[in-house]
Amino acid sequence: MKRSFAIGMRRYRRGRFWRDTAQAYLYLLPAFVILGTFTFYPFINSFFVSFHSWLSFAPVKPFVGFANYVKIFQDDLFWLSLWHTVYYVLASVIPTMALALFIAVLLNSKIRGRSFFRTAFFLPYITNTVAAAMVFLWIFNRDYGLLNYFLHHLLGLNLIDWFNNPHYTMPVVILMGIWKFIGFDIVLFLAGLQNIDQQYYEAAEVDGATGWYRFRHITLPLLSPTTFFVFIISLIGAFKIFQQVYVLWPGGAGGPLNSAMTLMVYFYHVGFGGAWHLGQAAAVANILFVLIFIITMIQMQLSKRWVFYQ
Amino acid sequence: MKEREPVKRGYSYKAQRRAYLFTTYFLLLVGAIVMLLPFLWMISTSFKPLSQTLTMPPKLIPSIFRWQNYVEAWNTAPFGKYFFNSFFIAIVETICEVIATIFAAYAFAKMDFFGKNVIFVAFLGTMMIPGEMLLVPNYITLTSFHWIDTYYALIVPFIVSVFGIFLLRQFFLSIPDELWDAARIDGSGRLGFLWRIIVPISRPGITAVALFKFIGSWNAFMWVLIVTNTPTMRTVPVGLSYFRTAAGTYFNQLMAAATMGMLPILILFFFAQKQFIQGIARSGIK
Repeated sequence: MKRSFAIGMRRYRRGRFWRDTAQAYLYLLPAFVILGTFTFYPFINSFFVSFHSWLSFAPVKPFVGFANYVKIFQDDLFWLSLWHTVYYVLASVIPTMALALFIAVLLNSKIRGRSFFRTAFFLPYITNTVAAAMVFLWIFNRDYGLLNYFLHHLLGLNLIDWFNNPHYTMPVVILMGIWKFIGFDIVLFLAGLQNIDQQYYEAAEVDGATGWYRFRHITLPLLSPTTFFVFIISLIGAFKIFQQVYVLWPGGAGGPLNSAMTLMVYFYHVGFGGAWHLGQAAAVANILFVLIFIITMIQMQLSKRWVFYQ
Repeated sequence: MKEREPVKRGYSYKAQRRAYLFTTYFLLLVGAIVMLLPFLWMISTSFKPLSQTLTMPPKLIPSIFRWQNYVEAWNTAPFGKYFFNSFFIAIVETICEVIATIFAAYAFAKMDFFGKNVIFVAFLGTMMIPGEMLLVPNYITLTSFHWIDTYYALIVPFIVSVFGIFLLRQFFLSIPDELWDAARIDGSGRLGFLWRIIVPISRPGITAVALFKFIGSWNAFMWVLIVTNTPTMRTVPVGLSYFRTAAGTYFNQLMAAATMGMLPILILFFFAQKQFIQGIARSGIK
């Protein structure tokens, strides 16, 4: 009696498991359909397309092997855009993070109006990039811009033609990047700082540790998971920079002498900006994917060494 | 002199503290001004007559407020249509996403089913794929669907977000299983339990997911640029980028258009600031 009850129970449970499975798959159906069609399938298809000469309107799309990749690697513009992207990544992500950490530490001390300051720093992050780029276009305007008024008319520095002088195009993009993304980093750092157990600071105080020492030996190590997270997210985001450049130099021109051509602008230029060479564009996007993938893997490995979990 | 020393030291601690606070406020204030100046300058310019945009030194407050700039900008490009498109797409996308996400997150958080871990990891893996990589193949797919230049192309690919599923799953996981047992004894099915108990409890999480989606949809750019051909299909950001070329150096009109383009999200942000910032802060803490 007891045994058959147990078997019956097991059967009942197994039956419920499969009924739950059916129900769960029903619940996941929209996710399966959408992710399958617009994420998993295109992920595979991206490689497939990149091995074909895929001119958008051509009826025949012949297989060409690695020809698209070879063509890209032989293109000086690709290397230039890759260099600009790396330059942007390094010159924007690291200063943004350092400044954000500094401001987050200031905000974390007992001050009034913290939420006002946090909002002020965060506002650029949610504003529309196109609209923001238009504002930067105006502020950095050579003749009537606010910045040149300060630099040239008040401080007496040389008049800088920010958008037409190839030396200054990347700095504009970088400055805008810092302005736009610092708030995001601050919010994350602030959350990380508030997550640190106050006990550590109290203990350090007993030991007579103050100021820089506390920051260096308590805050930084205990904040390292947040720092690591912010670093990866910012790095990946920075690699994809497109909108600012597209709006500042219209039509995806990438600035004078391609001086602000980034990887995604190059991608747009190859794929949609007139040439419509989708096979090559897919190859560029795949290179971006591999780059981001490698960087993430390296960081994962490194993080084991320098991230300290509480 | 010697006698006053201890008192002086007491003062000096206080003075030090005051100096520290002063420096903190000073630095934060300078930072905040730098961050907000572009907004102020944009709004100020958007009200200036053209002649006042071309003066040196520039004036922060225009001598007359020219509302006409907004009317002219609005009429120069089909902004009414841009705004309709942006709102329509963002709202439909958000509603669909919230529904799809609730179901998926519930399955992952509260149900046992065949292949759960494999599916979960597969979903997680999609977060490693940069969206840019999907632009070309999705463009090709939508061409074969004949969806280019339609609302479908702008909405359907984005109605499921893995990030949203994970965020909500975290929320649902924190709800005790005893609630489900109790609900089942009361004769409730899974669907009823999900909508009557789980969803109301998780409202902050759902709001965060909806907010992220709405803002993401509103600000979407490259995809819209690629899959729309006719001006009437454009959204606000893409419309703005065309307007930027069309308006050239009429910076008062450009700034009026930029202000209009920013406004909906800024208003939304001021109402839902807390949820939004908490949502971001939470994403960084495991």
